Amino acid sequence: MRYKLGICVFVGVLTGADVAAQQRPATPLPGSVFQSPEARAMQSDDTSNPAMLWVEKGRSLWTKSDGATGKSCASCHGDLQTVMKGVAARYPLVDQKSKTLMNIEGRINNCRTDHQQAPPLPYESNELLSLTSAITYQSRGDVRLVGIDGAAEPFFTQGRALFEQRQGQLNLACVQCHDGQVGRKLRGDTVSQGQTHGWPAYRLEWQSMGSLHRRIRSCSIGVRAEVLPYGAPSYLALELYLAWRGGSLPMESPGVRR
Amino acid sequence: MRSIRSKHYIGIALALELIFGVARADVNLPVVVTGDAVNAPLTQQVGRAAQGRVIVLSRQIGNCLICHAVPNEAKELAQGNVGPALSGVGGRLSEGQIRLRLIDQSRLNPRTIMPPYYRTNGLTNVAAQFVGKSVLDAQQIEDVVAYLVSLKE
Ligand code: HEC
Ligand code: HEC
Repeated sequence: MRYKLGICVFVGVLTGADVAAQQRPATPLPGSVFQSPEARAMQSDDTSNPAMLWVEKGRSLWTKSDGATGKSCASCHGDLQTVMKGVAARYPLVDQKSKTLMNIEGRINNCRTDHQQAPPLPYESNELLSLTSAITYQSRGDVRLVGIDGAAEPFFTQGRALFEQRQGQLNLACVQCHDGQVGRKLRGDTVSQGQTHGWPAYRLEWQSMGSLHRRIRSCSIGVRAEVLPYGAPSYLALELYLAWRGGSLPMESPGVRR
Repeated sequence: MRSIRSKHYIGIALALELIFGVARADVNLPVVVTGDAVNAPLTQQVGRAAQGRVIVLSRQIGNCLICHAVPNEAKELAQGNVGPALSGVGGRLSEGQIRLRLIDQSRLNPRTIMPPYYRTNGLTNVAAQFVGKSVLDAQQIEDVVAYLVSLKE
């Protein structure tokens, strides 16, 4: 009996540790903290941040008419800076109409197909990256607040499970690197908490702006897991979980990364 | 020691040949875990330390330096510090202990971050091109073991 109790306590402790690992980091740290001083300096000064080229392009696309209706984003929404303030900080969210989890890219394409009657823009196209960057930029400094209850809960639960699931030929879970190894060196990279508040970001290695899904795909490749298509439900669920995991971190997109 | 063992394996190979009627030079020998070690080599071909060194340093094959440093080697390469430095590992651990740690470190530490280099089962969501394959093959494991055994300090 005593022996059994001992086991219970031991299991209890283990479970406690596992639960702790599921929580957000006690001190959420922005991804930029783990970057080189050069990359940080580039990000913090708009005149040297290469991502601003995409923000500028996005600004002009905002007012460009497109599709069968000949409408621009501005025709429906008005001034980018005013109406998009703080919007990206609330994404991803469950779209009322389709009941699916939608990120900013998904919302843009939804507007294109439904309201502009224009074809959706592929992920990583210059146009989609530019619009996403311009919209996300309007939330700079804002605290992220995503819904994880109600309709969002199953997506959140799925995202958390994926974050903790060992996967790929290398048998690694996101949480093992982005919780367990924060600050350590994985060759040339310093492992961060895997926060998403700086995305989309300009990655020096890509010499381009890239979406969050492109970043996550790199981690999938890294562990030799199946690489999912851009916009895949699993990556969206991860996106929601990661957004929540950042706690009160302010948005810092567009970031600059190694 | 090694020659007695190889004789033994030749014996097994011949026996297999008698049973199945084929001679397979690439038969992988079974993995037998004893305590925290796999003492018997996985192949008949003795591990070659020089090949092992190439595997450990190469980004494409072993990519061990992403997590480990080998301070005497490849100073120009960026080396990780997620795992312990491998210098002196041949003095700290026996050949068999090193072999098990490469085959599947999670047998010793279920929460380890070190990937299993010679395991194909119990994995989830593996990219199609790697399904059913281990990261390293048996000969590569033996080569890496030979190299690590040689790192005495
Ligand atoms: C083997 C270690 C490892 C695993 C496992 C891993 N990552 Fe990463 N991840 C990295 C490294 C290294 C970087 C680049 C440095 C950094 O920003 O952390 C990175 C970057 C990121 C970033 C960008 C952070 C920023 O601020 O720019 C996100 C988001 C991310 N990972 C999410 C994930 C997700 C989701 C998973 C699981 C599907 C995952 N990672 C699995 C190592 C890993
Ligand atoms: C993603 C990280 C990672 C990679 C990649 C990795 N290791 Fe490890 N390794 C570790 C960690 C962490 C430990 C510590 C033991 C544990 O986790 O329980 C370790 C332990 C070891 C040990 C035991 C060392 C000691 O002093 O006890 C050996 C030997 C070793 N690794 C060799 C290798 C070799 C060779 C490769 C490449 C073929 C490799 N590792 C790849 C993370 C890694």
